[in-house]
Amino acid sequence: MSSGVDRTLRIQSPGMLTTAQDAGRVGWMASGFSRSGAMDLPSLRRANLLVGNDKDMAALEMTMTGVACIFGCDCVFSLTGADMCAALNGQPIPRYTALQARAGDTLACGGARVGMRGYLAVAGGFDLPAVLGSCSTGLKFGLGGFAGRKLRAGDALPLRCPEIPVSRLSERVLPVPNALDAHWRAQRPGMQLRVVLGPQAAHFTAAGVEAFLSSWYVVTPASDRMGMKLEGKKIEAVCGYDVISDGVAPGSVQVPASGQPIVMMADCQTTGGYAKIATVAGVALPLLAQAKPGDKICFAAIDVREAQRLARREAAQLRRMEIW
Amino acid sequence: MEYPAFLPAGDCALSVEFGDAIHPEINARIRALREALERKPIRGVREYVPTFRSLLVLYEPCVLGFDRLVKKLQARMAGLRGVAEGKRRVYVIPVCYNGEDLDFVAAHARITREEVVRLHCAPDYLIYMLGFLPGFAYLGGLDAKLHTPRLQNPRTKIPAGAVGIGGEQTGIYPLDSPGGWRLIGRTPVRPYDASRAQPILYAAGDFIRFAPIAMVEYADLERRQAAGETIWEVREA
Repeated sequence: MSSGVDRTLRIQSPGMLTTAQDAGRVGWMASGFSRSGAMDLPSLRRANLLVGNDKDMAALEMTMTGVACIFGCDCVFSLTGADMCAALNGQPIPRYTALQARAGDTLACGGARVGMRGYLAVAGGFDLPAVLGSCSTGLKFGLGGFAGRKLRAGDALPLRCPEIPVSRLSERVLPVPNALDAHWRAQRPGMQLRVVLGPQAAHFTAAGVEAFLSSWYVVTPASDRMGMKLEGKKIEAVCGYDVISDGVAPGSVQVPASGQPIVMMADCQTTGGYAKIATVAGVALPLLAQAKPGDKICFAAIDVREAQRLARREAAQLRRMEIW
Repeated sequence: MEYPAFLPAGDCALSVEFGDAIHPEINARIRALREALERKPIRGVREYVPTFRSLLVLYEPCVLGFDRLVKKLQARMAGLRGVAEGKRRVYVIPVCYNGEDLDFVAAHARITREEVVRLHCAPDYLIYMLGFLPGFAYLGGLDAKLHTPRLQNPRTKIPAGAVGIGGEQTGIYPLDSPGGWRLIGRTPVRPYDASRAQPILYAAGDFIRFAPIAMVEYADLERRQAAGETIWEVREA
């Protein structure tokens, strides 16, 4: 490798909120660390598989608006998740496709047209140090990722050399997956998310559970990587909304005294004292991660065994993509 | 509800509830189960979050389903005595009692500052769980005389190492953060230090004891810590 090669991706414009995220920090929740990681994990995994990376490697998660950046060297990259109207040197480029950039090329993403979060992966991955076993950025505590923070203009992200020859990577294509695009293109009134009731559904009145399962909730602008704050019909508790603080799994639907649900997301705290009426199914959580403020959500209860059957089906789908 | 209860928390987690109260015996059962699972892990389980009265188990539904995990957990629990078998670890944490709310806490309890310090240093506090911030320990055992209402307007920045009282609880702020607790002192010990081999000092089930130190000792301990020395003590029993 010649020493003159600039193995970086230089950020010209960082977009609204762009962070490095992998599959998350495992094993540290008991010490109070959020799992973090990609909000839409299947999209991160597809981005990585397209460019020949391990599926859980760190990529850039771009929120609402994407980055503009310059490749310092020849590089294969991919974009998945939200449609951010990306262009390479001014030419529109497709998502879910491995693409070749040359040194000096400019990638420019715009605002998300479909979805909320886009992923940019590069062949070989970003050369970031793992902190507590993960390259994910924990924004709340300045942990991991690129300098523990969101990207800024002028940042130069170091790139690793891909292990697979570049010639074998370009032109890989995946179908645009799951219901992501269909949901918006079909102009349905909103998206339906499958949930498993509990662990504390019994804290709510029958009318409260009925409201939760039968009415539309709107995503509010206060939503972020910690939680999606929703607004709709008040969910009534039997006697108070507080429980003795216990563990919070990503996807938990907490209901504080306002009676308005908050779905806990990747950066959520590990423990909490609000009753949890339900937990969003693993296969549905990435869909919620793609919801924008103003989008409408409704919930449909399924049994935990059904949710696990869906999780296994999705995992099998992903395994079929790993055979490249 | 009958305890222990196995409650699904979605398809990737389940909560084993041992009761509906904050009690050392309930907490000890959680610790016993956690220790048993750490000695002999169940394949497909990613991690645990022990809390006051429950153990959240995060697992991979593609490796094992809810029903099988419940059966495995039940089998493990059948062989457990109610108490943890591991050693009881007490972390002795040096504290300089010079917090800006020490006078308020003393006045609220109608005792002297010295008496506040004596009462605060007397018990071994059980770490019920960690949460809220990395390394933040929820402690049980604060003397009822020291129970003090929180500030009406939380401070925007409390420094790492601050020791405070909030309602019936006491604890150490592991990071600079906003907070509404009454500050009674400060420790040079960092419950969380990403650069340390053991980034988080203690775990749920351990105990904390506070030991009073003078200002000059605080400065000295801070210096020694910067030089890589261990400035807390661990007593095992």
